[in-house]
Amino acid sequence: MISILAFWLFAVLTTLSALCVIFSRNPVHSVLWLILSFFNAAGLMLLVGAEFIAMLLVIVYVGAVAVLFLFVVMMLDIDFASLRRGFTSNLPFGIIIALVLLGEVIVADNAWKAGPTLSGRAIPASPIPNIVALGQLLYSRYLFAFELAGLILLVAMIGAIVLTHRSRGDTRTPKVRRQLRRRPEDALQLADPGVGEGMQL
Amino acid sequence: MIGLTHYLTVGAILFTIGVLGIFLNRRNVILMLMAIELILLAVNVNLVAFSAYLGDLTGQVLAMFVLTVAAAEAAIGLAILVIFFRRRGSIAVDDVNRMRG
Repeated sequence: MISILAFWLFAVLTTLSALCVIFSRNPVHSVLWLILSFFNAAGLMLLVGAEFIAMLLVIVYVGAVAVLFLFVVMMLDIDFASLRRGFTSNLPFGIIIALVLLGEVIVADNAWKAGPTLSGRAIPASPIPNIVALGQLLYSRYLFAFELAGLILLVAMIGAIVLTHRSRGDTRTPKVRRQLRRRPEDALQLADPGVGEGMQL
Repeated sequence: MIGLTHYLTVGAILFTIGVLGIFLNRRNVILMLMAIELILLAVNVNLVAFSAYLGDLTGQVLAMFVLTVAAAEAAIGLAILVIFFRRRGSIAVDDVNRMRG
């Protein structure tokens, strides 16, 4: 009973906050709604026993991606009002497309059972924890794909840094080669001025 | 009784909201990226639901990879957005014609 209640709570909240993401006027609010949506989706996944994915959703999406969005939205001085032009003119057509798409996907979802062998069955209770099972799978059968995922993240990280890095003209950085090439002979001059004479600089 | 169909319907609704978001916010790249995140979330919900239903963890492994790609995509997309904003002072998609595409 409680799980049914939880499912409806999470499902309705996920959907509503997703709607708020795309209809919200302020992009900062959009990001915050996105975070709520991710949290509720994580709850949905918890309900079917995918604990690791749920936690990953909270950590990666909420902790990293959403905060990244928040940074960018807050950092850039963007006139969001002008960006909303065309919103209302796109609305009727967009909603028609969305309804058609939703109908298609739901028909597809309900029709997949008509396939050859699958039929309804309950979720089997696993003897080992979800994380253990997932880890065993990741580090054995899907090791290559796992490493590849790490490589993708590395490339994304380097790409993001390279793209956004800029050398500003007004900063003074030490010129290491020039400093190392400097010898005492070039820089230092020993003088022995007589008494009463001035130093020549 | 909550079944697979319920989960698939949630995934379908989320997916549709994501597509609708791309349609409606044609000018705002940030919101488009957020809509893409919603679409990927819908994919993840479907993958996890099928994984639990079939008792096969492959779906969850795949969901993890989708998560990875989503994170990478968000990072690169936002980086491109930042440099575009620096050059043009706006993020309106209509103005993106630098490469005459």
